[in-house]
Amino acid sequence: MGLFILRRLLTMIGTALCLTFIVFWLTNLYPNMEKLAKTQGNQRMTDEQVESWLSSRGYLQPTPVKYGQWLGVLPGQVIEGPDGTTRGRCFADGADPDAAPRFCGVLQGNWGFSTVFKDDVGDILVTRLALTGKLMFWVMLLMVPAALIVGVLAGMREGSRTDRSLSVVSIVSTATPEYVSGVILIAVFTSSAVGLKWFKGTATGAMDDASFDNFFLPVLTIALYGMGYIARMTRASMAEVMTAQYIRTARLKGVSFPNIVLKHALRNALIAPFTVIMLQIPWLLNGVVIVETLFNYKGFGWTLVQAAQNNDIEMLLGVSVVSVIVVLATQLISDIGYVYLNPRISVS
Amino acid sequence: MEPLSTVQIVVAILTELLPVWIALALTFLLSIGFRRKLGLYGKLFDSTIGMVGFAIVMFWVFVAVFGAMDLIGTHPPLAQASGMKNKLPGTPLSGAGEGEYAFYLLGGDNLARDVFSRVIAGSWEVIKIAPFATLFAFMVGITLGLPAAYYGGRLDTVLSFVANLVLAFPVILLFYLLVTPEIVATGIPVYMAAVLFLFPIIFLVILFNSRFFVQPVKRNIYLGLTLVVGLWLYLGIAWNADPLGIISFPPNLLVVFVAVVFVNSPTVFRIVRGLAMDIKTRDYVAAAQTRGEGPWYIMLWEILPNARGPLIVDFCLRIGYTTILLGTLGFFGLGLSPESPDWGSTINEGRKLLSIYLHPALPPALSLLSLVLGLNLLADGLREESLRD
Repeated sequence: MGLFILRRLLTMIGTALCLTFIVFWLTNLYPNMEKLAKTQGNQRMTDEQVESWLSSRGYLQPTPVKYGQWLGVLPGQVIEGPDGTTRGRCFADGADPDAAPRFCGVLQGNWGFSTVFKDDVGDILVTRLALTGKLMFWVMLLMVPAALIVGVLAGMREGSRTDRSLSVVSIVSTATPEYVSGVILIAVFTSSAVGLKWFKGTATGAMDDASFDNFFLPVLTIALYGMGYIARMTRASMAEVMTAQYIRTARLKGVSFPNIVLKHALRNALIAPFTVIMLQIPWLLNGVVIVETLFNYKGFGWTLVQAAQNNDIEMLLGVSVVSVIVVLATQLISDIGYVYLNPRISVS
Repeated sequence: MEPLSTVQIVVAILTELLPVWIALALTFLLSIGFRRKLGLYGKLFDSTIGMVGFAIVMFWVFVAVFGAMDLIGTHPPLAQASGMKNKLPGTPLSGAGEGEYAFYLLGGDNLARDVFSRVIAGSWEVIKIAPFATLFAFMVGITLGLPAAYYGGRLDTVLSFVANLVLAFPVILLFYLLVTPEIVATGIPVYMAAVLFLFPIIFLVILFNSRFFVQPVKRNIYLGLTLVVGLWLYLGIAWNADPLGIISFPPNLLVVFVAVVFVNSPTVFRIVRGLAMDIKTRDYVAAAQTRGEGPWYIMLWEILPNARGPLIVDFCLRIGYTTILLGTLGFFGLGLSPESPDWGSTINEGRKLLSIYLHPALPPALSLLSLVLGLNLLADGLREESLRD
């Protein structure tokens, strides 16, 4: 088991390195650099000015070198510009280059500086992730029990009317992407045209002070899309368990139906949904981006959109590192958890 | 003129869609009549869920095709009429000229364009991209997934690593990185198209060659046809360099197409690989190996046909997923032009005024929902029927 986890961790690091390099390469292509120079410097710069602006800030070094500097395995650049100021990666403009550390990358805990938010990337990531964590916590709290209940109720009597109607409900919920369900929910519950006005149409206020009426709709929107899929998986697994021999034995012994479902079937039926729930988390990341944009909740997903729209290179890299870690970590946890839950499977 | 009442709007929309109803009725009558001779497609008509799903999907296909042929749709999707900004459904068109439709059936959007016609035009945007993008993703996934599973070893490790790499990317970040104008200017999407669009040609060439290499005449005909037509389309679509100048592909559509294929193929790869791993242990594969068949013959003519059930079901689901992805692209304003009538962009535009006006955002949202729902139901029906035998 230890070896298995170690191997998976190594693959994880390799994947994270490859992915960040791809993001790095794509964001550092020359047209992107030119856009960066013009937005940071001056919109009317000539080509030569762009070139000197970029080269004096070290943007024109070869991509692998820049990547190494970002990572912190190569010393940060120190360049004396044509205007006489010395600029470097590891110190503020005009500060003494000798006093600064030689290496300053992610490995040294320096995530860089966001050009859009004018702040340290590490700090932004922490605050934004905390906000998204709050959102995800409530989503999970709503989605997982609801999905499991729907799935178990549908799967315990396969083919019954309850099963049919609940299955249709879960199909509808998987077929509704967040930007559709969000728009419908906003239209029905917040607009003055329908007139219900039960909730607020934005979740900006929920960032400091979440309450039922400003936070329920975004939570519900994400939860709905993920719910159907988990419910269908639970249903399939429950239906399979209910046809097993030991369930029939329990029935013949005269155990009551609620007891069979709760004590005999449920534990075995929940193994498959566990994996699905874990693998659902990276998928929810997508939903988070859409919902945070739709409800103007300034969390991680909103930050991703802002960074991507403005080619905020170091912010984008930070965002992709975090999301890659989330994806790979959930995969690892689901594999390990599966082994523990299901004694029939061994790692080797 | 008086604005139309709700009942009148419904009646007007139903009559406007008359060609769709006729086509739908014909399809169903013919299919149900001959269903015993039509294989899996015919069996679909034994399951209610499958039939409902098929009806919804075909409804949108007909709407899209007839809309593109200009048989339905009341106004041009980009035409703006003065005084129709944000007008409610059923509002008469002020100063309607001779031969113009006199009403905005589903109202006007914030640029005074007809919502009803834009929804219909939007369905064509989806129907012309989603199935083909999915098909291409399947070709890529199959061509790479079969050898990965069949040979295993280092090839499998490398391909699986690459597939997981793409899957670990947040989809929206990938879209932002690929579809922004700066990246398009570097030509990366064109190179990606050049690689991805080669796979269908490779797939067909291997497919025919592995089967017919013992009959050189037949093989040469098939291969020649595939190569000539395939390379012609390839030059036209991927490089925009058709020597005859007939085929060209709008560059921004190409970018969207490539992004969607790229995102979908790793998942297809994993599904195909999983299925093939299971099937390659069967006796008929061992029998083919003993007969001395080549590896590609076994993969494409022994393993692939036996994996078709789950693949067809997944194909339907994946078209739905591609539709959602296209909507996501539109929602973030990526790739497609700003006034494009596709559903995602229309939803994004309509949501800004959602607290006052519902009618510009809701019709495209419900259309997208119903199409994806139809595809899901269709997949469910197919799964049920293919499991039955």
